[in-house]
Amino acid sequence: MPVARVESVTRDYAIGDFKTQALRGVSLEIEKGEFLTLVGPSGSGKTTLLQLIGCLDQPTSGKIWINGQDVSRLSRNQRAEIRQSTIGFIFQFYALIPTLSAYENVEMPLLLGRVGASERRERVMHLLEAVGLADRADHRPDQLSGGEQQRTAVARALATNPTMVLADEPTANLDTANGQQVMEIMMRLNQETGVTFVFATHDPRVIKYARRVVTLRDGLVVSNGDAPNAGGE
Amino acid sequence: MKELLKIAYRGLGRNRRRTLLSALALGLGVALLLMMAAFVEGEMRGSLELGIRLESGHLQVRARDYDSSKASLAWEDLVQSPDVIAAQVAKLAPVRAAAPRLYASGILLAGDESLGVRIVGLDPDSATTGIYREGLRGGAWLAADDREGVLIGEALAAKRNLNVGDRITLLVNTSNGDVDEQRFVIRGIYTTNTPSYDQSNILMPLAKAQAISQAGNRASLIWVMLDDMFQAEAVAAALTSSQYEVKTWEQLNEFVLSIESYSGAMMAVFYLIVLGITATVVVNAMVMAVFERTREIGVLAAIGMKGRRIMALFLIESFLLAVIGVAMGLVLGGIIVYWVSTRGVYLGDLVADMGVTGLLMGDRIYGYLTAQDATMLVIAAFAVTMLASLYPAMLAAHMEPVQALHGGEA
Repeated sequence: MPVARVESVTRDYAIGDFKTQALRGVSLEIEKGEFLTLVGPSGSGKTTLLQLIGCLDQPTSGKIWINGQDVSRLSRNQRAEIRQSTIGFIFQFYALIPTLSAYENVEMPLLLGRVGASERRERVMHLLEAVGLADRADHRPDQLSGGEQQRTAVARALATNPTMVLADEPTANLDTANGQQVMEIMMRLNQETGVTFVFATHDPRVIKYARRVVTLRDGLVVSNGDAPNAGGE
Repeated sequence: MKELLKIAYRGLGRNRRRTLLSALALGLGVALLLMMAAFVEGEMRGSLELGIRLESGHLQVRARDYDSSKASLAWEDLVQSPDVIAAQVAKLAPVRAAAPRLYASGILLAGDESLGVRIVGLDPDSATTGIYREGLRGGAWLAADDREGVLIGEALAAKRNLNVGDRITLLVNTSNGDVDEQRFVIRGIYTTNTPSYDQSNILMPLAKAQAISQAGNRASLIWVMLDDMFQAEAVAAALTSSQYEVKTWEQLNEFVLSIESYSGAMMAVFYLIVLGITATVVVNAMVMAVFERTREIGVLAAIGMKGRRIMALFLIESFLLAVIGVAMGLVLGGIIVYWVSTRGVYLGDLVADMGVTGLLMGDRIYGYLTAQDATMLVIAAFAVTMLASLYPAMLAAHMEPVQALHGGEA
């Protein structure tokens, strides 16, 4: 069973009297353990598709299944529950809560999931070690570099053992070295944990790590297949 | 809940100046209201106490048709053989003192000027005259058999430039409707610290007042003081007779008591207005916080925080802000209330001319804050702030995650 299945999905936006169609009938299946990249120029619909798969938004038409459950018409709270338990997010901007330490940021999804204190601590420290930030656990985001903040966001995305991690332009604000480090960590975690990673990007540095590349243009999937360098370098 | 408390608490620290100013606005509002509540309660208590000590006593035994506002001297309106009745009343256990009083209206002639006054005939030896004895500022206290001595109030003496030993002429109404004129010597000057009263009441021995007003062995009323004023109704019931009526301090100070309850309602409206204004400052701060943190709200929603928890987050932050503001208000207000309660605010002769008929005002207002008023105010401050904070909290809770993640833009 695919972890995500998208069927004939459209997403319209109304801006004043104008209506724009961000997605015009997209169908896609994402299998467990994939390391998949959505690529395309700006406005092609990749971020919209990522938001729909991540239950942050609802399609205008068509259906989306996550782990076999139709999530196309769920309530706000039901979608929040699915996001909390099933999906991890990494954003272009580092998206950490600035008043919380790295530890507390990673811990937050576990608190929302009412995970016990000892399990929380064990899991957060394990993840911070996995992203190389165990010694920076008490630092707040403004005391961390951009790369460290994004690694913290990676740890947070994996905190609840999600089925899938969705990353929107995760390296866009990072320099080459930090971008590469973040991608390598995600690839390693993908291999170690089997968590599915889906990226929306037009950064060639990200694309080269992908095992499958889905290309969107004008709200449609124009190509879908294995990446030329499947498996990374 | 713990994580919400942590985020909310730290959220307050992000913009400390704004947090401090918002809390200060609420604190100033609370302090102002505490001071107002203390002033109003203090003034009401002061007026009631003055009313009891100067105009009503705890109980009055008087003729059924007696109208105190007219100081009637018609014999049928007066109490016959008042000494005998006063002695009988004084035998009752709860009664501290009882003595006859006679009121007559008159005119003071001093130089070329005349002034309407009230003659108060009282038993100089009775414990019911304590307030005048305590307030004797010059000269001597009256003797029961003094036939030409009077006491005048300090405010009157100052206004007419009169001193102890000066002679004054009084025109006094009599029981048969005539006016009698006599010369008196100022034996002493008293003050009750109530300018409007001291300007218009001249004290003389009961026997002399009875003689000049031709009331004979009669008095306007028997003035009764109790050990416990809240025994008034029980003692009044015990004293009921077919000939006389007994009025309690509550009946005689109905006006003050009605103003007190009316002022309570007025204060409640005042509370809401002031707290409403201060709450807008808090709301403004919270709305700004919501807009500044739109993207964070999106992140929290993205990692699975539900709308009601996001709402709770901002309500907790408002509550913490209210705690700081109310605490500041209690400290600041407490200092002000302590000051006005112990030292009072001196109004001087100002109150002599602005006095409300039937409401005695002392020349110094003392604050008095009840625990009930303070508690009500704190509850009202929290309630108004939290109610007002519902708007920014709901604003945050209803943000669409996608829009919030893009900083509020679609």
